[in-house]
Amino acid sequence: MGRDRARTRVPGIALAGAVIAVLCFAIPLAGLVWRAPWSSAWDAVRDHEAVQALRLSLVTSILATAVAVLLGVPLAWVQARVEYRGRTVVRALTTLPMVLPPVVGGVALSLALGRRGLVGQYLDDAGVHLPFHVPGAVAAEAFVAMPFLVLTLEAAFRATDRSLEEAARTLGASPMSVFRRVTLPLARPSLIAGVVLCWARALGEFGATITFAGNFPGRTQTLPLFVYVTREGANPDAAIVLSLLLVVVSFAVLLSLRDRWLSVR
Amino acid sequence: MSLQAHVRVAFGAFSLDAEVCVDDDELCVLVGPNGAGKTTFLRALSGLLPLDDGCVRIAGDVVDNPRDDVFVPPEGRSIGVVFQDSLLFPHMTVLENVAFGLRARAVRRPQARARALEWLERIGLADRRDDRPGTLSGGQAQRVALARALAPEPALLLLDEPLAALDVQHRASVRRELRELLAGFHGARILVTHDAVDALTLADRIMILEEGRITQVGTADNIAARPRSAYVADLVGVNLFHGTATGQTIRLTGGATLTVAEHHDGPVLAVVAPSAVVLHETAPAGTARNVWPGVIVGLERYGDRVRVRVDGALPIVADVTAEAISALGLRVDSRVWAAVKATEIAVFPS
Amino acid sequence: MRRTVSIIASVCVIAGASACGSGNKKDAQAINVFAAASLTEAFNASRSLLAAGHPPLAPAYNFAGSSALAQQITQGAPADVFASADEKNMQVLVDAKLVEIPTVFARNKLQIAVAPGNPKKIESLADLERNGVVLVVADKNVPAGRYALQAFSKAGLPPPRPRSLELDVKAALAKVVSGDADAAIVYVTDVKAAGARVQGVDIPDTQNVIATYPIAVVKATKHRAAAQAFVDDMVSGAGQTVLRSRGFLGPG
Repeated sequence: MGRDRARTRVPGIALAGAVIAVLCFAIPLAGLVWRAPWSSAWDAVRDHEAVQALRLSLVTSILATAVAVLLGVPLAWVQARVEYRGRTVVRALTTLPMVLPPVVGGVALSLALGRRGLVGQYLDDAGVHLPFHVPGAVAAEAFVAMPFLVLTLEAAFRATDRSLEEAARTLGASPMSVFRRVTLPLARPSLIAGVVLCWARALGEFGATITFAGNFPGRTQTLPLFVYVTREGANPDAAIVLSLLLVVVSFAVLLSLRDRWLSVR
Repeated sequence: MSLQAHVRVAFGAFSLDAEVCVDDDELCVLVGPNGAGKTTFLRALSGLLPLDDGCVRIAGDVVDNPRDDVFVPPEGRSIGVVFQDSLLFPHMTVLENVAFGLRARAVRRPQARARALEWLERIGLADRRDDRPGTLSGGQAQRVALARALAPEPALLLLDEPLAALDVQHRASVRRELRELLAGFHGARILVTHDAVDALTLADRIMILEEGRITQVGTADNIAARPRSAYVADLVGVNLFHGTATGQTIRLTGGATLTVAEHHDGPVLAVVAPSAVVLHETAPAGTARNVWPGVIVGLERYGDRVRVRVDGALPIVADVTAEAISALGLRVDSRVWAAVKATEIAVFPS
Repeated sequence: MRRTVSIIASVCVIAGASACGSGNKKDAQAINVFAAASLTEAFNASRSLLAAGHPPLAPAYNFAGSSALAQQITQGAPADVFASADEKNMQVLVDAKLVEIPTVFARNKLQIAVAPGNPKKIESLADLERNGVVLVVADKNVPAGRYALQAFSKAGLPPPRPRSLELDVKAALAKVVSGDADAAIVYVTDVKAAGARVQGVDIPDTQNVIATYPIAVVKATKHRAAAQAFVDDMVSGAGQTVLRSRGFLGPG
């Protein structure tokens, strides 16, 4: 009895705001479930092009996340630890894709990495083709999703207890060793959160993909593109089912994020 | 010589210029007030702070010499550091913490874990090996931190106020364990503290650091006898007695007895501040229980006070004002009675 | 606090005034026209004519693939007029009883758009099937995309393998302009509108597909007279002249 009384009383306004927020998320999803044509749902999902689009989406989003981790972790570390002139500019630059409309991002990628692009013209000669190929879809997704990873990770690195890193150095650990065995593990909750956010953003990307990589089944037609195209086609209701499919996949991944992984001690 | 160092570092308005030599098997205690530069000194020796000038040589190897452009970073030095907050890695188990230094020096994991386990057994915490540091008490954490620092067998061990973060009750017991563990280590040891009892019970040699300069070096007795400043006198000049307590009575190793305010049992340390000792020409009347006759064997003046060394049944040091000395007409060889109130005696289990 | 309220109030008044004010060019009626992407340049060019007409009209255009527009109107988007690039998408709305009886107001033909100078030497549909030629077309849900497939089969060729299925014909053209694609199958009017940025390669009439553009008033319109006036203008008025000048064929 006493313990119940001692539990924090939730302020009314916080509770109200939280409930409204949850509804804002839940109602659109409920709409999908309500209108889904359950009788034809199974066929829609098993449709060859749908399966292809889902598989492509998973492959490109995972690859895009891998690229983001490979490039984003060093960037986040430098931004958090190295003092240099222009650091704020670099931070603004690497956060820009988060703020830009995705189509604008796609146009920019086209001008840079397209066949006649600033860098793209050389890539093309070297046999590296991005537009209309899977790497192009990966590039588009990585471009818009990486900032999510970099921002969360940079904040985590900044917050690391430097004295723990110093202790590690006095025990004989090289800077790289300190990073691997102390800094990074301590930043694990943020790393996981950042990776998941990044992957989710990559999975849902539409505008940059279609503008830069194009739309072709099996190569660049990711699930969001397929949903869009299906909506205009002979069977628009199938789009609802596929949208739900995307929701279910994402939900499953997010649910699997155990509380345990989000704390260090 | 395990450590030869001349450290010169300056930042802002503060400058540190200290020269130190410590032998193998020697435990040197660096004492100083806050802001004196003790932590800076340790950081310079460990390589976390590069020298502006001077030279640091550990086990014969030069690790820092700005003039010759030599600088070995901390990970390249044969050092072990115990920090005030233990700084155990929270995401690793106790065993992994102790094994960390070995793994960092490329010892294979099974061997590293085996050696770490030996250390944990030595400090009596082998049963906590799979626990996280967050579950340890302050004293246990410091013992693990010591094991972690010693496991790679460094040439130089640095301890930065290792007992400061502990509460008073545990400080004494941890100090005792620390002394035993440190006795088993044969490299050079430097311990930094601001606590007099630490210095007096642990040190082979004491160095006083004030405002970035070493003002006095010597054994506890030397310094207590000839304090060069009020700070030193207050700090190092305390009277420290060893004895066995039964209830409120302590029988000292010299044979004298003390009556104290607290109840204790077993081996204890009794500490009396020189300023708490009152000198009388004749035996004082009244109920004072701690009273002894003695002979003055030394008078050292510093500032407006005088440090009086009294020999007798219970050799004791008293701080008295210069006026009191002249009023009582005290000189070397004068006979006096020394009295201490029971409440002025601090007792710690030994 | 009071200062904040008065600032907000002033902003509202100004915004309100300008919102009212913008439509008032001699009381030109504002209407929402949903039109196929291929009509972009022609419709935009008609603005001044329409504003000066009787009654004066100030259309707000929504250009996109015809299939997307049909979807939007089905979902209840506030359109007054719908101009589609094929009868199929218009039929969807007719069947759903969302539009009045449509009228064909223009026709269009397909053409191959290539980079200026035709570096890949594309002369015919058959050349588009060559290895090394990067072709883009519109998605098959979009009229231009469907017509492109029809053209290939009329020419007796196997179905093409485009690198991308764009969401509307303008997006397909854009890929040729940017250099990412060697060729796109678009309308004659699109090539003309792109001027010096692309070059057109004709498709012979025997292989070509005539796209018929129907236009209709949306039943749910709140400006029926203005919507009808727009339709009439496009079918047989000043709008028709502009369409012809842009390369469209007459209703035929």
